[in-house]
Amino acid sequence: MSALVKIDDLKVHFPIKSGLLFDRTVGYVYAVDGVSLEIKKGETYGLVGESGCGKSTLGRGLLRLIEPTSGEITFDGTDVRALKGEQMRLFRRRIQMVFQDPMSSLDPRQSVQSLLVEGLRAHGLHTGRADVQKRLRSTLDSVGLPASALNKYPHEFSGGQRQRIGIARALVLGPELIVADEPVSALDVSIQAQVINLLGDLQESLGLTYLVIAHDLAVVRHISDTIGVMYLGSLVEEADGDQLYERPLHPYTRALLSAVPIPDPRVEDRRERILLVGDLPSPANPPSGCRFRTRCPWSQARCAEERPELRVFDDSGQRVACHFAEEIRSGDLTPHEVRAELVHPDSDPAEVGAELIVTRTDLP
Amino acid sequence: MPLLDVRDLSVVFQRRGTRPVAAVDGVSFTVEPGQTVGLVGESGCGKSVTSLAIMGLLPRRGNTVTGEVRFEDTDLLKLRPAELRDRRGRDIGMIFQDPLSSLNPVIPLGLQVAEVLERHQGRTRREALREARGLLDAVGIPDPSRRLKEFPHQLSGGMRQRALIAIALACKPRLLIADEPTTALDVTIQAQILTLLKELVDNSGTALVMITHDLGVVAGLCDTVNVLYAGKVVERAGRHHLFAAPRHPYTDGLLQSVPRLDADRGGRLHQIRGSVSDNIPWSEGCAFAPRCDRVIDDCIGETVPLLGGALRCTNPVPKGVRV
Repeated sequence: MSALVKIDDLKVHFPIKSGLLFDRTVGYVYAVDGVSLEIKKGETYGLVGESGCGKSTLGRGLLRLIEPTSGEITFDGTDVRALKGEQMRLFRRRIQMVFQDPMSSLDPRQSVQSLLVEGLRAHGLHTGRADVQKRLRSTLDSVGLPASALNKYPHEFSGGQRQRIGIARALVLGPELIVADEPVSALDVSIQAQVINLLGDLQESLGLTYLVIAHDLAVVRHISDTIGVMYLGSLVEEADGDQLYERPLHPYTRALLSAVPIPDPRVEDRRERILLVGDLPSPANPPSGCRFRTRCPWSQARCAEERPELRVFDDSGQRVACHFAEEIRSGDLTPHEVRAELVHPDSDPAEVGAELIVTRTDLP
Repeated sequence: MPLLDVRDLSVVFQRRGTRPVAAVDGVSFTVEPGQTVGLVGESGCGKSVTSLAIMGLLPRRGNTVTGEVRFEDTDLLKLRPAELRDRRGRDIGMIFQDPLSSLNPVIPLGLQVAEVLERHQGRTRREALREARGLLDAVGIPDPSRRLKEFPHQLSGGMRQRALIAIALACKPRLLIADEPTTALDVTIQAQILTLLKELVDNSGTALVMITHDLGVVAGLCDTVNVLYAGKVVERAGRHHLFAAPRHPYTDGLLQSVPRLDADRGGRLHQIRGSVSDNIPWSEGCAFAPRCDRVIDDCIGETVPLLGGALRCTNPVPKGVRV
């Protein structure tokens, strides 16, 4: 299968500005710091990681909703970063996004019809009333909503139905790639299953490619062909879903997998658990070398000096960014105690005295 | 004798001009000393309102609480506000979901922990602060002496939740109520907090009421699980029993609809049809009937009683169907 999307060394850095009169840049938040990946046509690529790891920023950077700092994005042969203004706008028809919270991503004062038509108009697909009506109805039908929904407003729907509207809004433009940012995390378990099934059905019938961004590893494992694990702005491991579960190589992946609760007491009672100490370091001031070394029970001196590259581990195509993946796997390297380091969520790389000045992170 | 005995607890919300809504509708359960009891359900099932009602934390107006909440020999619902204040934090501790909004942003952490000790155990400020340092240390906060002087915004989410646990456990309560204590946290931090809770509960003999929507959390932690649906307990069982052989179609459906990390990729998930808005009132039958796959004629008409104190269903999933 050919790659639909190729991301090469993508970086998204947000400047931290400070100062009353002049916006001085005093540092950067390294939200995405050198990620390379490929999404094949027709597959589901799941991106997992904890909050603050840069997974959402990566998704937005892919659509250039946030302008990447550097790196290359190729979509079906097109160099996305070279597109300008109007070209880019029209190009976005091919990549659509589904957001996490269906309540805040749908305008409460727009009816479903107007929500769906807006995109069609923007892309010049509004070709006559009868045509559009047909298109809207068939789209709603494919997400499992009745045609009567067209004249209703978002508040008249339940959470699951709202997420269906969000999906319909993305689908109506006939995209090739759908970037779904936490599509089910705001939903209750019973509704979550409905939406996950719907995404699967749509992929089957329309041949869609998905980039699913989620923190819930169980959900990602259920729907993804390939899973990428992010930690503090970089991809630490990537593998086929089953492979990742059967043979996690990166210590962070192992810890993450062991931390996900499984709804079965028999499994829960006798699982290997790797408890990580401490918290995620600040992405404005990441540790030197391997980003994970401050919490890694296997970290060595080399980890502080040299940042591990994401390398292909073996024939399976599994990629891992760890110097010692082989040694950890074979058991030659044994875990040691890790002391929790202090992490300040608002830690500020600015010099002393800067706290007197207004500091803000400039989001575009 | 149970430590906490909730009998027929109901909470009805009513605003002028609207129909009354029974958020909690005759919930009964008991908690033995040292036991961990789970209340599980989806949003709107009444699990949080139950905990607030037990603690007497519901707003004074706009709701009616009936039933009994017996803590040892006293009915907490009959206590005067001042008497209840003496017990809250001393006999019963509580941890809330969002640690940032349950801590006071303008008071240093140390004072917030010390306050409980001063209020309930008559410690002086100095003694209380010293004890607070020990408490922060016990819940795994690094460098506690420095943290005592810091404000909540200077701590990460996991650290805030640890601080909240320290406050709740300061007076060594016999009962701890945790309302979605890990929902706002990342999985690796969640694992830290759950392990901590488990250790503290095991070591101190505190009973724990765990309120959560996450079946995985329940599976690893609770001795007994109460599944709530639309304000009523629909199934109650020991955790091994509940997860191995759920009898209520809702529990069964819920368990099957969760994607499992250890299951092979693939296929469709089982889905429970419709949504909570399809429910019928309990007075007209089983609230879950419109969404139930096993619905029969008997399900509609009369309120289904909690059979044997453990199952509210006229046509339950036969025993031994799930492997």
